Amino acid sequence: MSKKDRMSGNEAVAYAIRQINPDVMPAFPITPSTEIPQMVSTYIANGEMDTEFIPVESEHSSMSAAIGAEAAGARSLTATSSAGLALMWEELLLAASNRMPLVLALVNRTLSGPININCDHSDSMGARDTGWIQIYAENNQEAYDNFIQAYPIAEDKRVHLPVMICQDGFITSHAVENILLEEDAAVKEFVGEYNPEEFLLNPGKPIAVGPYSISSYAMEARYNQELAMENSKEVILEVAKKFKEKFGRGFELFEEYRTEDADYIMLIMGSAAGTAKQAVDDLREKGMKVGVLKLRVFRPFPAEEIAMALKNCKAVAIMDRTESYNGHGGPLASEVTAGLYRSKVMIETVCYTYGLAGRDFTVETAYEIFDELKDVAENGKKVKQHRYIGLRSKERS
Amino acid sequence: MAGYNLKEVMNKPERLAPGHRMCAGCGATIGVRAVLRALHEGDYAVIGNATGCLEVSTYMYPYTAWEDSYIHNAFENAGATLSGVETAYKALKKRGKLPADANFKFITFGGDGGTYDIGFQSLSGAMERGHDMVYVCYDNGAYMNTGIQRSSATPMYADTTTTPVGSQSNGKMQNRKDLASIIADHDVPYVAQTTLTKDFKDIHLKSEKAIYTEGASFLNLMTPCPRGWRYETADIMRICQLAVETCYWPLFEVDHGKWTLNYEPKKKLPIEDFLREQGRFKHLFKPGNEDLIAQFQAEVDRRWEDLQYKCAR
Repeated sequence: MSKKDRMSGNEAVAYAIRQINPDVMPAFPITPSTEIPQMVSTYIANGEMDTEFIPVESEHSSMSAAIGAEAAGARSLTATSSAGLALMWEELLLAASNRMPLVLALVNRTLSGPININCDHSDSMGARDTGWIQIYAENNQEAYDNFIQAYPIAEDKRVHLPVMICQDGFITSHAVENILLEEDAAVKEFVGEYNPEEFLLNPGKPIAVGPYSISSYAMEARYNQELAMENSKEVILEVAKKFKEKFGRGFELFEEYRTEDADYIMLIMGSAAGTAKQAVDDLREKGMKVGVLKLRVFRPFPAEEIAMALKNCKAVAIMDRTESYNGHGGPLASEVTAGLYRSKVMIETVCYTYGLAGRDFTVETAYEIFDELKDVAENGKKVKQHRYIGLRSKERS
Repeated sequence: MAGYNLKEVMNKPERLAPGHRMCAGCGATIGVRAVLRALHEGDYAVIGNATGCLEVSTYMYPYTAWEDSYIHNAFENAGATLSGVETAYKALKKRGKLPADANFKFITFGGDGGTYDIGFQSLSGAMERGHDMVYVCYDNGAYMNTGIQRSSATPMYADTTTTPVGSQSNGKMQNRKDLASIIADHDVPYVAQTTLTKDFKDIHLKSEKAIYTEGASFLNLMTPCPRGWRYETADIMRICQLAVETCYWPLFEVDHGKWTLNYEPKKKLPIEDFLREQGRFKHLFKPGNEDLIAQFQAEVDRRWEDLQYKCAR
């Protein structure tokens, strides 16, 4: 039986960690993810779980120790945000290339500078090509549900890759909302035991991890990583299906909200999807056919599926909560438009950068964007392909 | 500790197999084999390794020279990586996921670059947290794997590729960092400084103590490098001996805070005897550079007196 409660996103993830009770958790404090290791430490101090917690001296070391623990045969995880993720960047690559099925609870916060503690996706987007599966949440419930699905995805033999479970800093991590929590035993049963085939601590069966690999072999290792990432798509869907059967809440690679007959769609990720949905409801009442495509799984990137979901609309707003500094949009802008082109879906697109460093994204902003899409599609209005929205100045870039 | 029998110790099975790609006359592999001989038979080990010569030469895919489980992660994080492995052991033992009689020991090797410099924070963290592991620094006094660049372990006046001797330069300008003392100041249970001596007794006993003392231990192991130090490969043991006899590399240990000098030369040899053997110091012997050698000697003397004071406390 599910239990109704109210808690923040950080509390929800810490609650899931307690239920899973992994073997080892190294972590280092950084706002706004700090609460997760704090809460886990408190659960341990009170005997509610018995994970071995390592209070490391940096995030580079938290990921290093997590890799060591995972290679040793222990189910491992860590949590971080922003500069913490940037510091462990080298190790993110090693976790993936060593095929370590560990889990990272990421609470999205902007990267410096200027230093700022609020939400955008520059941290995880900076790590988008490190070989990690990335799953994003709209709210605390999804953060909780995604976390419970993380190990079954990561540890699947077809995958064996690390998984990053992302939620928006403060907006999701600290805001208290209603949530449905599952029973400890049911969560444990869903996640299952971790029984690695090969590990450092296997007595009499030593293994070596982390080789020097010359050009004759290294490229195959990368190729196999890419294959595993491709395989993960069906595993993510299988795990989501099992999750729905057990707990009733369904997940896909992305959520389509009122898109079936929509002329204009906003493609967005994370907590701002909730705001976009509200705007859609408001505009639908006024007769405007609008919808939201909320991307849940950014890695692997469901390019073709997105193109098929968008093919019948007139225009799409592609919303990036980060900047690529390339002069033509963020990562979603680049990858979605490439996906549309490859599937020969030639709809209008406008790429918006929004919500950087915690700038509010409001329903009014969403109305404005839908109006602009309409203007572009119906009146042939020429707009810059890459725009900033929500700047202090009335003049939008 | 049981008595030391050279013949018995040398006849133990090798845990670092031949066939690796390290240079002839390299101190690192001699040192590693000596450390691993201190493992008791029947005990398992997980070996950690920072990026460096030892790593790239002993585990080149698809071959490994290591008989035990082995993990290399990156350059600057051997301490943190092995602390994760050691904690996993604790967790899995506690949860009954490992056989009760499987006894694992944790030993990590890093060069001086990966230990004194880029891996210093990771080492300090692992030592402070008190993981039950041994960190062995194989100290050859420079970044040898990348081609002999200076590190904070490089002695003053050494000719390296980033402190080259030239018309305006006498080599490295600074003295080496005293890492063994710094780790001793972490108040870990056991710290020792050792090198390759004729009977390998010092390194064997210290390795055994480090491995079988509960908690974090650190060994600073001087391992000459023929490429960086410029000596004939066959001379390695003599160079190690001169390092000890000149008190450039004193043999000492700090056991639960108690400093002990393990060897005191009957007649302390002048530092020239150590420097003369090595191409990296040959500029010091040019006429007019006598004061550089005198400065080197003064620093050796100062550190030796300081060590004697610590050991007499």
